[in-house]
Amino acid sequence: MTEIRRWVSGGSAWAVLIALTLVLLLQRDALPWAIRFPDGWAVPLTPWLNAGMNWVIDSFGIYFRAFSDQLSVLMRWIRDGINSLPWAAIVALVAFMAYAVSGWKLAVFSFAAMFYMVLIGFWTEAMNSLALVALSVPMAVIIGFFTGALGFASDRADRIIRPTMDMMQTIPAFAYLLPILLLFGFGPVVGLIASLLYAVPPMVRNTTMGLGAVNSEVIEAGSMSGATRRQLFWRVRVPSAMRQILLGVNQTTMAAFSMVIIASIIGGTADIGWEVLKSIRRAEFGESLLLGLVIAFMAMVMDRLTAQIARRDTSGPEALEWARPRVLWLSALVLAIAITALAQVLPFLKTYPAAWEFYPAGRLNSAVQYIVTEFTVTINYIKQVAFFFVMLPVKMGLEKTITPFSWGFAFTDTLKIGYAVAVLALAALSWQRRSWRAAALVIFFGMLLFVGITGMPWPALIAMATLLAYQTGGRRLALGMLAGLGFLLLAGVWEEAMLSIYLCGLAVLFCFLIGGALGVLAAEFDSVSAALRPFNDTLQTMPLFVILIPFVMIFKIGEFTALLAIIAYAIVPSIRYTEHGIRSVSKEVIEAATASGCTPLQLLWRVKLPLAAPVILLGLNQTIMYAIAMLVIAALVGTSDLGQLVYIGLGDGDFGVGIVAGVGMAIIAMLADRMTQAMGGRPK
Amino acid sequence: MPDDDTPRSNTPEPKLVCRNLWKVFGTKPETWFKDQDALRDPASLAERMRDDGLIPAAVDVNFEVAQGEIFVIMGLSGSGKSTVLRCLSRLVEPTYGEVLLDGEDLLRKSARELIEIRRHKMGMVFQNFGLMPHLNVIENVTFPLALQGMPEKERRKRVENVISLVGLEGREDSYPHQLSGGQQQRVGIARSLAVEPDLWLLDEPFSALDPMIRRQMQDEFLHIQSTLKKSIIFITHDFLEALRIADRIMLMRDGMVVQIGSPVDLITDPADSYVAEFTRDVPLVRVMTAADALAPGGAQETPEGLPEVDSTATLEDLLPQMAGRHDSVIVRKGDRVIGQVTPESLIDALAKRTKAHDAAMDEDGSEIAKETA
Repeated sequence: MTEIRRWVSGGSAWAVLIALTLVLLLQRDALPWAIRFPDGWAVPLTPWLNAGMNWVIDSFGIYFRAFSDQLSVLMRWIRDGINSLPWAAIVALVAFMAYAVSGWKLAVFSFAAMFYMVLIGFWTEAMNSLALVALSVPMAVIIGFFTGALGFASDRADRIIRPTMDMMQTIPAFAYLLPILLLFGFGPVVGLIASLLYAVPPMVRNTTMGLGAVNSEVIEAGSMSGATRRQLFWRVRVPSAMRQILLGVNQTTMAAFSMVIIASIIGGTADIGWEVLKSIRRAEFGESLLLGLVIAFMAMVMDRLTAQIARRDTSGPEALEWARPRVLWLSALVLAIAITALAQVLPFLKTYPAAWEFYPAGRLNSAVQYIVTEFTVTINYIKQVAFFFVMLPVKMGLEKTITPFSWGFAFTDTLKIGYAVAVLALAALSWQRRSWRAAALVIFFGMLLFVGITGMPWPALIAMATLLAYQTGGRRLALGMLAGLGFLLLAGVWEEAMLSIYLCGLAVLFCFLIGGALGVLAAEFDSVSAALRPFNDTLQTMPLFVILIPFVMIFKIGEFTALLAIIAYAIVPSIRYTEHGIRSVSKEVIEAATASGCTPLQLLWRVKLPLAAPVILLGLNQTIMYAIAMLVIAALVGTSDLGQLVYIGLGDGDFGVGIVAGVGMAIIAMLADRMTQAMGGRPK
Repeated sequence: MPDDDTPRSNTPEPKLVCRNLWKVFGTKPETWFKDQDALRDPASLAERMRDDGLIPAAVDVNFEVAQGEIFVIMGLSGSGKSTVLRCLSRLVEPTYGEVLLDGEDLLRKSARELIEIRRHKMGMVFQNFGLMPHLNVIENVTFPLALQGMPEKERRKRVENVISLVGLEGREDSYPHQLSGGQQQRVGIARSLAVEPDLWLLDEPFSALDPMIRRQMQDEFLHIQSTLKKSIIFITHDFLEALRIADRIMLMRDGMVVQIGSPVDLITDPADSYVAEFTRDVPLVRVMTAADALAPGGAQETPEGLPEVDSTATLEDLLPQMAGRHDSVIVRKGDRVIGQVTPESLIDALAKRTKAHDAAMDEDGSEIAKETA
């Protein structure tokens, strides 16, 4: 038994698997099933799932509909309420709130951001989105708080809640739009419920964490002050954890908003997300940019406001002036009434005259057109290079990519042998210089580049992934890996899954390299850090599909655009964690290293990076999660992976396809998460 | 020295009695206490529990605290002193034993009764202050009263005295994060006194403070005690701090009581090498008083014309006087002469510790020296 274990942990197991891969590849004409999993072998999950769903709808559909009718009524009230207020009153209220929680700067920014929506004439659409958020956030906060408190109070409940929250956040949103649509019926309610599902987890997590992290002495002091259990919870624990809880509110708001936007994809909502999507589909870039900005501004205002409230909670004296809620509410009320009254006299405060609108979409379109035509050559060149020299080799392999048409020469047998020799030489060198691990890695990627990720035999890939999981995380992880990959295979989505991994993998690689470099620079130079911060903040709060817009404008639709959009979104954690990791290396260690005569470069490579490695690895983990989240959205611009399948499922109303693909993505996300965690030891 | 040591106070009825107190962490510790015979040898019982994977943090702890006494619990970290203190207020639920406050067993109280006791009879100060971050100074101090539902005006009036006693006037509206460590602990002290408790528990209250501030706070603590006369249990790991404030000291190791006695007792008559090691660096001349160094023979044959000192004068005060004359000094306690200190008696007294110390170290010296190092 122990001998087997030692053998499995060592290098010879890799040698065997690599040999197996080679054999399967050499014999691939005789064994086609090893490359392409035969459709006949797949388990017909989709029809089963659809049948199950139909049964649920037939049996319980009425209750869901009844519930959704109730919600619709509530939502209409809120929507009508917001719409009945003059725009000027809402803009003023938001600016006033910004002033109350933060000060003039935020107030001016909020005012400008809100007025922009009025100015371009999409106020009503923006307010319709806001109405959804205004309903879903309080609901998510209440549900999330009590669920989180339950998870804090009972370990048993926590063991159920935690994985459920993981699932709710990693299954891509599009995948559960459809079941919601089927259960609750068409309309804005779908967006509401989807956004609830998506927005609850951060609230739950932050609540559980915040309540658990309250200093034990504070709790003891509360007990010794004679607090009853209830007093201890409401008057000691909850207020002490308020900061973390409010941080949860901030994250919940952002999640809810981002989901409200995503949910507009089902249409018929007359909100701002729908308008953006419409213009992206019609390839109206000026419009999509202008409308995308509305979403971006709304997100920024909501984020800054809620983040400020969380930050301000440590009640300093400056907060005290405004913290008296009575004064605050009263002033807000007076302001709203005054402006509403004024709007009776000055009607343009109520309905912004169309003549005063400024909507330069046409001009923007011609500007974009001009740029694109002017730089066609450059743009195409970039695209071609990326496509033929990076993306296609990984996807389909050098053997199919190298043609006289793409690379300028054919992949002759001599060249193939040369390639094999080069890979082997590099492997030998790595073995000698580093270890057998490095050599195995070189050979693996050598094979991968030759046949492409879709040309790799699945039995070998599964075996290698399981072995890797065993060596990094032990038996449980290996079993999880086997089960997860087994699901992808048997459900018949292996190829799509590989394409997802290809797209994500490439994006993550670039994010890690570029983001890591930027992070190092940001850690070394404060000016770089300051310059990057607004970019990072903006990219992170932006609802995912706004990020697509600029890339679609320039590079049109296609996989390359998808790749760029994924990189743009997923690079943020790479930058942030690298910077944070390097900056938190202890000063003493750096002084000691400097005193030992390190040059600045040695200091970076030999001291800072190794010490920051766990944090950087955590950044890698986050980068992967972000990339997978963006994958589904990127499907909008044309990919052929699981994300696309999710999207197709939604479009065709095929519940089974959508959910299988969605669960598939969640599986990839969770496996990647556990693997990176196992590699870095448990991150805190 | 065992626990039959009588407190140095005049009140016969002790404020707090702690009898055979055990706290064992782990799964199902109660089962170990069914066998009454096993309890007769607590040390070996604790050993068996440890072998079984349990953690006995307090092992058969016995002591009494008199009305108005400052009782200090000492020990290295992990010796169980904090656990004992928390058992007294049932912040930690004891596994076995009795805790009598004014003769009533706290361990038999219901949750409701316990809350009432905490609201009126106990106050506690914490090492890291335990202040509510969301409340300002006055709200923190009045927090225990607010929990009782007392109206705000009345609350403020009740704590006026305490606020001035700890010197927090003018800082009432500040928040904890705006205060220095010393100031924060004043808030903690004020809060613990807000309910006018009889029993005052302090868990290393000054350990998180700078040495200068610590000394100042000790002085203020003694000043507060001189006006309020609470019964106090004070935890510290700093022997010099214990010396300054303690009426009696209880020294703990591995959950067990090693010795209970006055500071001088611990130094001059250490129960074992552990205690001796603990007190090794204490400057004896500052701890021992004239009363501890009396020549045999008592007050009968005291010659006239010698300088007189009070019995509480430390030997350090005495030395310069004696160095000048090569002669004795008369020791008074109030109006009464209780004896004299001669050079011989002084040297004897100082040598006593060294002898006791060496004796204790000889017993099991090597092992303990390793442990304390």
